[in-house]
Amino acid sequence: MAEHFETDAVIIGAGPCGIFSVFELGLLDIRCHVIDILDRAGGQCAELYPEKPIYDIPALPIVTGAELTQRLLEQAKPFKAEFHYNQMVTELAKQPDGRFLVKTDGELSFLSKIVVVAAGGGSFQPKKPPIPGIEAYEAKSVYYSVKKMETFRGRDVLIVGGGDSALDWTLNLQPLAKSLTLLHRRDEFRAAPDSVNKMRELVAAGKMQLKIGQVTGLKGENGVLSAATVKGGDGSVFDVTTNAMLPFFGLTMKLGPVAEWGLNLHENLVKVDTEKFETSTPGIFAVGDINSYPGKVKLILSGFHEAALMAQEAFHHINPGQRLVFQYTTSSTNLQKKLGVV
Amino acid sequence: MAKITFTQHNGTEIETNGIPGMTVMETAIKNQVPGIDADCGGACACATCHVYVEAEWMDKVGARNPMEEDMLDFAFDVRPESRLSCQIKVSDALDGLRVRVPEKQF
Repeated sequence: MAEHFETDAVIIGAGPCGIFSVFELGLLDIRCHVIDILDRAGGQCAELYPEKPIYDIPALPIVTGAELTQRLLEQAKPFKAEFHYNQMVTELAKQPDGRFLVKTDGELSFLSKIVVVAAGGGSFQPKKPPIPGIEAYEAKSVYYSVKKMETFRGRDVLIVGGGDSALDWTLNLQPLAKSLTLLHRRDEFRAAPDSVNKMRELVAAGKMQLKIGQVTGLKGENGVLSAATVKGGDGSVFDVTTNAMLPFFGLTMKLGPVAEWGLNLHENLVKVDTEKFETSTPGIFAVGDINSYPGKVKLILSGFHEAALMAQEAFHHINPGQRLVFQYTTSSTNLQKKLGVV
Repeated sequence: MAKITFTQHNGTEIETNGIPGMTVMETAIKNQVPGIDADCGGACACATCHVYVEAEWMDKVGARNPMEEDMLDFAFDVRPESRLSCQIKVSDALDGLRVRVPEKQF
């Protein structure tokens, strides 16, 4: 649903550096909206290693990606940022009044005084298996996500993969589909055991098929798929009839639309200065893994430092001519009030 | 030092000197071997350092670990000789190791 917001700051990316930017900007009374393509906060910490320990966060000898995200959200909570998930920022353009217009693929638009690009490795997008000729079927027969379940009603659906996405959609689409086949490279699944059991019950009841193997080729014409050729786990080669294939091979990071915003780039990273972490467009900043400057080290802690310095310049950009008195959270009643601790 | 040879999809061979203790993926990155992306930096979280171990080295390299087996679900064209190179530690026993790089890590 189309919605419009006016705000001080839009932060693109809800990873650790994006969330900490909410905190640093919040201390300077700058209100934020945060946009992320994933369905939750954390960025790479949520998608790539939620349960894996990180050992180099200052003062936290060991913390998981999920826990770090939770702690950062808690720290930023007093500043009441609005988070918008499942949204990819598609457009970023400077307006005649000096503000920035930010648009997403989910029909959200924002007018903002500053923008912070905290997009990490870019946007997480579904991995597209390099099956020869697959692009030709992408509009009509191959889907990397389910936007509307109705799309699959009455069709011969082939789902490829063994994780939660593959199993969840198997269970959800089975009642709608004319036929449903789940194809996975082995007879073991990473997905939740409960989903796997339900899938096996459907197979036992003859309501769907489970095949073991990997897709090697596609058959069809005019962009409409008729079958997928599969190499079975036992080496046999067979066809699976399908006119709607859903490959679920996880997500990969792509720079995506960031490249189209007119910012100076260096090897697919956004160039910034090391005083203000501002890009080639004044008012647009970049922090965390997405930025590039001499000596850059891609560590979460570097992004925290960058966010703190970015916030200082963001204040001056939003409040031209106003003096900013530097304050410590330990001693400033003013800051403590903002944090809600006094 | 352990000599590790990466054969590209087009047949080009790249010889590297692996340092015992490092992983085969790290060796590839250090030597800028094309086709080893290693998006996650070695956390066994992305399957973009997929290699095929040459038959004669399969025994010495050993079996996949369970986490790696799960991650290989995200790779394309997985074969019995498929491994994630971030999960193979270089050692003197692997001096001469030969692996093939897939056409694409995708």
